[in-house]
Amino acid sequence: MQALYAQLLVGLINGSFYALLSLGLAVIFGMLNIINFAHGALYMMGAFVAYFLLNLGGINYWWALLIAPIIVGIFGMILERTMLQWLTGLDHLYGLLLTFGIALIVQGVFQNYFGSSGMPYAIPDQLKGGMNLGFMFLPVYRGWVVIFSLVVCLATWFLIEKTRLGAYLRAATENPTLVRAFGINVPRMITLTYGLGVGLAALAGVLSAPINQVRPLMGADLIIVVFAVVVIGGMGSIMGSIITGFALGVIEGLTKYFYPEASNTVVFVLMVLVLLVKPTGLTGRAA
Amino acid sequence: MPETATAEAPAKAATGGNILQVRNLEAWYGESHILHGINFDVNAGEVVTLLGRNGAGKTTTLKSIMGIIGKRTGSVKFNNQDIIRTTSDKIARLGIAFCPEERGIFSTLDVRENLLLPPVVRAGGLPLEQIFDLFPNLKERLTSQGTKLSGGEQQMLAIARILRTGASFLMLDEPTEGLAPVIIQQIGHTIARLKKEGFTILLVEQNFRFASTVADRYYVVEHGKIIDGFSNAELAANMDKLHTYLGV
Repeated sequence: MQALYAQLLVGLINGSFYALLSLGLAVIFGMLNIINFAHGALYMMGAFVAYFLLNLGGINYWWALLIAPIIVGIFGMILERTMLQWLTGLDHLYGLLLTFGIALIVQGVFQNYFGSSGMPYAIPDQLKGGMNLGFMFLPVYRGWVVIFSLVVCLATWFLIEKTRLGAYLRAATENPTLVRAFGINVPRMITLTYGLGVGLAALAGVLSAPINQVRPLMGADLIIVVFAVVVIGGMGSIMGSIITGFALGVIEGLTKYFYPEASNTVVFVLMVLVLLVKPTGLTGRAA
Repeated sequence: MPETATAEAPAKAATGGNILQVRNLEAWYGESHILHGINFDVNAGEVVTLLGRNGAGKTTTLKSIMGIIGKRTGSVKFNNQDIIRTTSDKIARLGIAFCPEERGIFSTLDVRENLLLPPVVRAGGLPLEQIFDLFPNLKERLTSQGTKLSGGEQQMLAIARILRTGASFLMLDEPTEGLAPVIIQQIGHTIARLKKEGFTILLVEQNFRFASTVADRYYVVEHGKIIDGFSNAELAANMDKLHTYLGV
């Protein structure tokens, strides 16, 4: 039983990363119509910025949670202004190829300087240790990752679905021309949205640094699964991407317990099934 | 021409005279050349209607003024400021508002969000109570999904949302299209009332009978040019010509 709970926890943690990353992808896809293949590389950059902040600047984890998403978000906004914005109105394929190229370049640069092996990032003192919950032992840091991710996901959902700014975003997703003709600077909003999506990826990167080590290819490994999550959940829905992210993490965890051989493939099997039955994804709108 | 409208429009049309001046306006959709030199004026407080057959360039004229046609040349002066090179968000902030033919109600927004979406660009917009007074239906349905409204209600919402922004120059693209006669009548009353409030309105209409109940002046658009113009008083004298132009 202990092992089951442990796998459930691992599933929830992976689910947290899936949710944060697929949420960012959904936000970006909605506004920019771009399948952001650079997402994994930007997630990795988040972890690296946290690493640099700590080792070069002595800036701790808590500040990194705030600063790394901002720095990587600004990097993302520069990418959007200088490159992605020119793809407006073109086929998805162009955005996918461009962002894939960006991912390869970013990962290549980091690999050149840091190789492929991981660098450790210590768990902050306040989150060290664990709690005995009676039925299982819960490392504090892992519990923190799950709860904090959930809070960030729900806050993002609230921002988009319940606020005035979110109404602008949703409206501009539907009809950017008309929203602009109402007096809203839509191009600037698109840039900020990309920054937000990228910032979420960087935040996930910082969260994962103490668990998974900081590696140039940490995002490349993860992003493939995240894209499967996005396909299953459907690109268009905010809440859908959050729920699907956590749910698939848990399903993966359960598979590790009941049938470990399939744990790496279960997400892709589900993806195939969903594509056969409902190609727009479980919660998605037709693209 | 008897532009009595200016006299009745104290608040917003205080400047009187020319508010919009379009000269030699040309516009393209991609490779196709749609407008071939449009010339006309709108005076403050007037309701001016663009008439013409399908595909004549009426909608394109509105969109070019609004700045949402990519390639456009010539000159469009709003309050003496040339806006031909201005982006649409900045044009909106000068006080021009556009109600598109397809209404543009957002399905992911509820009625309240749709209504409050366009930001207030200047003081002097209608307060919400007054808007609900004009369109009582909307008040009942604030939490409905925008596109769940009936066609008539969507049209009212599309007009209502640009009234709060403080824009005093409204462009309405075929507001009566596809609506029941009783709703058309209600929209006619609304336009008349807006004119009293001092709004200047540029209307595109196929429904010529409707237009004649609200307009001060008419321009006829054909093949991307203005080929004729006359006031409401001259309408009867121009009836035959108009039938030929419009093919009705």
